[in-house]
Amino acid sequence: MGPGVVPLTEPTPLPEVSPSQGAREPDGSHRRAWTRRLLQQFGLALFVLVLGAALTAYTPYFLTGTNISALFVQMSVIAIIAVGQLMVIITAGIDLSVSTVVGLAGTLAAYLVVYDHTGTALGMFLGVAAGGAVGLINGILITRVHLPPFIATLATLSAVGGAALILTNGQPVGAPASFDVLGAGKLGPIAVPIVVMLVVAVAGWFVLARTTFGRSVYAIGSNYEAARLSGIAVNRVITSVYVIQGLLAGLGGVVVASRILTGDPTSGTNYNLDAIAAVVIGGASLFGGEGTVFGAMVGALLMELISNGSDLLNISSFWQEVILGVVIVIAIAYDQARRRAFARR
Amino acid sequence: MVNVPVSGEQKPAVEMIGIRCHFPGVEALKGVDLRVDSGEIHGLVGENGAGKSTLMRILAGAEHKDAGRILLKGREVHISAPTDALAHGVSTVYQETSLAPHLSVAENLFVGRLPHTAGGIVDWRQLNRDARQVLERLGIDLPLRLPVNYLSIAQQQMAEIARALSYDVAVLVLDEPTSALADNEIAALFRVLRDLKSHGIAIIFISHALDETLQLCDRVSVMRDGELVGERDVSETNVVDLVRMMVGRAMTEMYPKVNAPLGEELLRVEHFRVRGRSTEVNFSVRAGEVVGFAGLLGAGRTRLMRSIVGALPAEGGTILRRGKPVRVRNPEQAIRRGIGYLSDDRRRSGLASLLSVRANLTLASLPQFSRVGVLKRQKEVSSASAIIGALRIATPSPDQQVGVLSGGNQQKTLLGRWLIAEVEVLVLDQPTRGVDVGAKVDIYGIINDLAQSGKGVILISDYLPELMGMSDRIVVMREGVVVGEFKREEATQESIMLAASGHATDALVSSPDVTAAADGWPGGSESEPRTRKGPL
Repeated sequence: MGPGVVPLTEPTPLPEVSPSQGAREPDGSHRRAWTRRLLQQFGLALFVLVLGAALTAYTPYFLTGTNISALFVQMSVIAIIAVGQLMVIITAGIDLSVSTVVGLAGTLAAYLVVYDHTGTALGMFLGVAAGGAVGLINGILITRVHLPPFIATLATLSAVGGAALILTNGQPVGAPASFDVLGAGKLGPIAVPIVVMLVVAVAGWFVLARTTFGRSVYAIGSNYEAARLSGIAVNRVITSVYVIQGLLAGLGGVVVASRILTGDPTSGTNYNLDAIAAVVIGGASLFGGEGTVFGAMVGALLMELISNGSDLLNISSFWQEVILGVVIVIAIAYDQARRRAFARR
Repeated sequence: MVNVPVSGEQKPAVEMIGIRCHFPGVEALKGVDLRVDSGEIHGLVGENGAGKSTLMRILAGAEHKDAGRILLKGREVHISAPTDALAHGVSTVYQETSLAPHLSVAENLFVGRLPHTAGGIVDWRQLNRDARQVLERLGIDLPLRLPVNYLSIAQQQMAEIARALSYDVAVLVLDEPTSALADNEIAALFRVLRDLKSHGIAIIFISHALDETLQLCDRVSVMRDGELVGERDVSETNVVDLVRMMVGRAMTEMYPKVNAPLGEELLRVEHFRVRGRSTEVNFSVRAGEVVGFAGLLGAGRTRLMRSIVGALPAEGGTILRRGKPVRVRNPEQAIRRGIGYLSDDRRRSGLASLLSVRANLTLASLPQFSRVGVLKRQKEVSSASAIIGALRIATPSPDQQVGVLSGGNQQKTLLGRWLIAEVEVLVLDQPTRGVDVGAKVDIYGIINDLAQSGKGVILISDYLPELMGMSDRIVVMREGVVVGEFKREEATQESIMLAASGHATDALVSSPDVTAAADGWPGGSESEPRTRKGPL
């Protein structure tokens, strides 16, 4: 506070605040609020732990180094994309273009390396950048052309998918073995995709929880007009969010292509809804203003755990989809009940 | 729907006996008794959080009671869901409108029970006939086929009341029906209510506007901290008496206006045009000055101020800060130029209700609380805590979600946001709307402090006593034009109302700016050349 602004030390005739209202115990209740928030996240995390324990008990193949590593590698792409989708969803938006951006980025990277003989690093970089460019187009369509996010990204979903197919004439591009650094490489004992995922998650958490940009993202999602009247550059923030999502989808696409040594225009088909599901299972609200990176990560882990566990237990992939559907319903129903209980307080 | 008053010995229309209700950590109602007779308008007043709304929600079946009995016409009833209440003839109009915005007035009146043919197809002709009948009976004039979102707030309120009364109603509960209405609309509403009363309907009227309550009601019950602290015939009470009961002590001065010394001119707006209007507006604000803006609903005050801070596009005109012309193309720039705008609609454009009190407080000054985009958490927490203490925002912690606080505390949080932003010119659009008496006085104190610390305040309010009590100068607007200006000493409710409703041309004398505005600006003798402004 600057000089001479607020302090209401001068006693204006104010009615007495009843002690119960006025009393504050910042420390005690702060801790309580914190505990409650932990518990909100914890419900899901606990479920994931129980599921992990159950799998450990049922099959000896679950808790092995190889399987756990494979599980996290499998999860990495969804998780990377989910961080971007989370930001979009917190602004009360949605990005449906993710699937084809994944395909385009991987295909473009492989294409550049194979046919244009760009270096692997440059090719991958340009693949990711292409994702960012699509994000920029999404952002402009939403903030300047005023299309609803659903429509804008539905349009780019289609256009980008077409572009990737045009680029390679519909054929997957086989990449040389040296292309596998991002997908199959190792950093010490840890697979590179896991490292990428962790870096993205930590960066995402930092941006959302610790920066003015992150605060603006939450504020816009909670109340767009209030954020605007408070001087937040809403258009710039929203556009940036879609660019970030584009970049992360591009990164995810490059990781996929690198792992399978193929730039496949259709490789991203499933990632779209999986990432949205992870975010929503993790407690984000499609109405905006709510959601955490931690929640989205736990959501992604849960989905991967279901798929991995089902594989180990020889449950068919058809049934896996059914199970996943049921889990989404249960997770959201639980979350809704929690919210209602909270609102009734 | 009309209940003929029964002559002779008559049981009260509503008796609530020993009603108790608690929420985790709070005892909201501590055994409340309320009695309302048929053909009576019963006022229910008290500060926010006193329990009025909870009590009414219990009567409406929207909240569960822990103990107590409800008798309607002497017969005990069990109301555990809103449908029970309706079945017993208790109808409630809530503060927030619950109309479906895209449906027509007629559809809204009968939604859930649309007349239909044997085949299940809506009988539109019957629907419109029924709806017209309801409105005619109430003497309300509304366009039946228009979607509700094209109606003014006042008309929506009327539609809401019409819907409540389209059921077979013996008891009508109105929760703050007038807070969004202008004076002439309030008068129309009161006519309808008095007519209903004469037909024997019992009406419970919750309001923060005490003079209004006294004007309309027969008896008034006062609640404080979950208890009924008094019941009075209006003939034997007055505003001061009610306020004393509500806050538990005498209120010496409702509007503790402190006259601050006037300084430099902080803001001057010259031949300013908002989009869609050809009229121009001129006014200025000096340091230490509170300039009130009066006008009826739709006078264009909110639109003018939102255009000045760049939230709406402006068509032309100049904004001068301390004599220097500045460009303001969006609220972000306005804040950088030291101009802030407190929105009149807390829920829709003020509060980020999912965020914490702290995040809401610092929202307009994030650059102040960050370095290279990274939040300085410690500084944020200490600033937020300081303002929470200074403004007496009752919250368990700065990290509390702001949406669960009472209206008064939410409003103080929003004011705190602008205090932290340290803007030099602050527009307060209806800063005390829907806020209890205690918080109101707190807010008046904040306005005084702002003026005393050399800020310029623009105060928009529909409540004239407040406007006259707090302003140094009052500008009256009508249809987008400044039609009058009064010094504090000269202003009377009558003169302001006459000007606002377009009756008093002789009120125009006191300001040279005003004549200019009324005829259109005569041309640039002393002013800067016109600058186009506004994005796009």
